[in-house]
Amino acid sequence: MDRKAQERAPIYEALEKFGKMRVVPFDVPGHKRGRGNPELVRLLGEKCVSMDVNSMKPLDNLCHPVSVIRDAERLAADAFGAENAFLMVGGTTSAVQSMVMSVVQAGEKIILPRNVHRSVMGALVLCGAVPVYVNPECDARLGIPLGMSLRQLEETIARTPDAKAVLVNNPTYYGICSDLRAIVKLAHEHDLLVIADEAHGTHLYFGEGLPVSAMAAGADMAAVSMHKSGGSLTQSSLLLAGPRVNGDHVRQIINLTQTTSASYLLLSSLDISRRNLSLRGKEAFAEVVALADYAREEINDIGGYYAYSKELINGDSIFDFDRTKLSVHTLDIGLAGIEVYDILRDEYDIQIEFGDLGNILAYLSIGDRKRDVERLVSALSEIRRLYAKDKTGLMENEYIPPDVAVTPQFAFYAPKRSLPLDETEGMICSEFVMCYPPGIPILAPGERVTKKILDYIRYAKEKGCQMTGPEDANIERLNVIVKN
Amino acid sequence: MDFWFSEQHTKDVKLSIRVDKQVYSGRSDLQRIDVFDTPAFGRMLVLDGYLMLTEKDEFIYHEMIVHTPMAVHPHVKNVLVIGAGDGGAVRELTRYPDIERIDLAEIDGQVIEVSKKYLPFTACKLDDPRVHIYIEDGLKFVRRKKGEYDLIIVDSTDPFGPGEGLFSREFYGNCFKALKEDGIMVNQHESPFYEQDALAMQRAHKRIIESFPFSRIYQAHIPTYPSGHWLFGFSTKKYHPLRDLDEERWNARKIACRYYTTTLHRGAFYLPAYVEEMLQDVEQEH
Repeated sequence: MDRKAQERAPIYEALEKFGKMRVVPFDVPGHKRGRGNPELVRLLGEKCVSMDVNSMKPLDNLCHPVSVIRDAERLAADAFGAENAFLMVGGTTSAVQSMVMSVVQAGEKIILPRNVHRSVMGALVLCGAVPVYVNPECDARLGIPLGMSLRQLEETIARTPDAKAVLVNNPTYYGICSDLRAIVKLAHEHDLLVIADEAHGTHLYFGEGLPVSAMAAGADMAAVSMHKSGGSLTQSSLLLAGPRVNGDHVRQIINLTQTTSASYLLLSSLDISRRNLSLRGKEAFAEVVALADYAREEINDIGGYYAYSKELINGDSIFDFDRTKLSVHTLDIGLAGIEVYDILRDEYDIQIEFGDLGNILAYLSIGDRKRDVERLVSALSEIRRLYAKDKTGLMENEYIPPDVAVTPQFAFYAPKRSLPLDETEGMICSEFVMCYPPGIPILAPGERVTKKILDYIRYAKEKGCQMTGPEDANIERLNVIVKN
Repeated sequence: MDFWFSEQHTKDVKLSIRVDKQVYSGRSDLQRIDVFDTPAFGRMLVLDGYLMLTEKDEFIYHEMIVHTPMAVHPHVKNVLVIGAGDGGAVRELTRYPDIERIDLAEIDGQVIEVSKKYLPFTACKLDDPRVHIYIEDGLKFVRRKKGEYDLIIVDSTDPFGPGEGLFSREFYGNCFKALKEDGIMVNQHESPFYEQDALAMQRAHKRIIESFPFSRIYQAHIPTYPSGHWLFGFSTKKYHPLRDLDEERWNARKIACRYYTTTLHRGAFYLPAYVEEMLQDVEQEH
C-alpha cells in the first residue's frame, strides 16, 4: 500500500472544490442545494444537502468512472490489496449480488453455506444459478452456525464437479471465520472461484492480529460493508476483485442493477473512510479489540452469560475468531437472546445489533467509548439480577438442513398459492422467511417446508423475533408452489 | 480588562461571573478542567465549561447532600461517594466520627489532583484515613458491590459527558444492589426549571423509581446553578426521610452548618406545585 497516496481522498477533494465554484444548478437533484426543501435542510444541515449533487464532469460518474471516482477506486483497491475495487451505493446487498452474478449464471452451480445473507439468495433468484449447500457444523452449546469445514467442502466439490464458485462468510455475523486460505487453495485446484461475503469484515483489512481478509487469503472477490465496521455512511459498500476476475465484466454486472444517480454523500463517505482506515485503522481497531476483550471479561465476570472469543477455535469449522465481535450467549440465565435484546432497548435505552434465540451481538466499532461499554455491562448485570429464570423450555438455535427441491429462481416465479402456515408442511416454499437481523433465511424459495421449520418459525415469533420475507407480513400464511 | 466566565444555562440564558484570574487550565483524558478566581464567588471549578462549584456557595450543596440522609439513617458506618472528586461531600462526611469507611469512586483522577492543589476548602479531608479513593467509573465500581453500604451519595455531573452513565437505570439498579437492606441513596437530581434540565430531572426520577421502592425529592437554593433551584433524590429501602428524621440525635452531634438545619430538612421535602406535578407525571407512568 502506498501510504503517501492514501492521504488523498479524490472524491472528497473534488466535492470541496466544487462547493467553492458556486455553480448554478439547472440539473438534478431538484431540491437545488436544499432551497426547495427547507425542512430537509433543518434536519440534515446546509452542508449535507449542498453536497447532494448529481454526477457531472468535475465529479465523475460511478457508472463509467474516468477521473475522481476512478482514482478513489484505485486507492481503495490499493488499500484493500485488491486488483480492482468498486464503490457501491446500494448497500452490501448490491455488492453481494453483483459479486454472485459476476461468477455464476443461469443453471450454473455455486457452493455455499446455508447461513448466507438473504442478498445471496436474492442473487440466485435474479440470475438463476443453483445453490449447493455445504452443511455448516453447529456449536451445540451456543447454537450458532459455524464456518465452512474444509472436509465438508471437499466432499461437496467431489459431489459437484461442475460447480463454478464457492461463497464463504468471512466472518459470520457472530465472528466465526473459516480457513479461508485453505479453502481458496482447494477451490482453485478445482478451478472454482472463491467469493467472500465480508459484510462484517472491513476491519480485517486494517487491524492487526485479526483473521485473514479475503483478498489476503487469495479469494477472487469480496463484498465489504464499509458502513459497518469501516465508518462510512449506511448503504455505502465496496466490491473487491482479484486478478482472476475481469474487472470490466464486473462493472457491467454492477451497472445492470445499480442506480445511475449515485449519491455523493455515500461516495465521499467511502472515500474519507478508506483514507481514515489506511492511515489510522491499525490503531483504531487495536482499540476496538481491547474494548471488546474488556467487555467480554466483565460480562463473563457477571456469571450466567458467556461472551465467547478465540477459545472456541477448533482448527476447522472455527478456524479463527474475530475479536471485535461481542457475541454473548444468554440461554444460561434463562432468557433468549431476543428477550435480552428487547429488555436492553425498552428498559435500558441500549440498542444492540441483534438477538437470536440464544445469543446477542453488540456491535463494537471505531466510534465506541469505554463508558458506553460500562453501561452495557452494567445493564446485563442488572438484567441477570432482575430477570434471570430457569432455562428449561428455551429452544436452542439449531441448524435445520435445507431440502432444496427446485432452484430459487424457478420457485420464486412458479405458479403459487397462499396457505395457512400449518398446512404448508411438505410443500415447496416459494418465498423467503427470515428473522431480522441477522437476516439469514429460515426458508428460501425452492425449499421444502418441514415440521421442524414450522416449529422454529412459531417459536421465534412467540419470542418476539422480527420475522420478514413472506407476502403475509404476519407470517400466518406462506406462498407455496402449486403442484403439477 | 473585562474578563468574564459565562455558562450557557439554556440556549437563551447565560450566567456570567467576572473573573479575576485563571488559576489552572488542563485537559484530562475525559474532560477540560479549569479553575478561576472570581471577586463574587471566590475560587471556582469548571469542567468542560460547566460550573461545578464555587467557594462561596458550595456549602449549600455539600451540606444538603450529606446531612439530610445522615440525620435519617440511625447508624451509618460504610459510605460510598460516587463522583465528587472535589472532596466536598467527603469533607462533610468526615465530620461524623462513627463513620468507619468512606469509599470515593471518581472517574477522573486529575479532578482529584487539581482539587487537592487548588481547592483546599473542599479537598481538605481527602487524606482522612477512613477515605479510600478509587479512580474508576462509578458505574463499574458499584457493579461488583452487593449489600455493602449504608449510604451511597451520587454526586454526579450533568447527564451528558463523562457522568451520563450515572443517570441510567442500570446504575441506580446497581446502587440498590450495593446498599444494605436499610440503605439510602442520595443523588444530585438536576433542576426542575428550564425545560432540558426538567426533562433530565424527570428521567432520572423515572429511572430511580424503577429500582427503588421509595424515592422522594428535596430541594435547595444554589445561586450559581441553572435557575438556582436545585433538587436531590432521596431513595431508600427502609427509612422515611421525614418520619425517621431524628432531630434530637442529629442536633446532639453539634455539627455546625450554615445551610442545613433539621427544621430546613423538613421544609426541603415540601416541593412547589409544578415540581410535584412533574414527578407525579413520571410516577403515574410507572
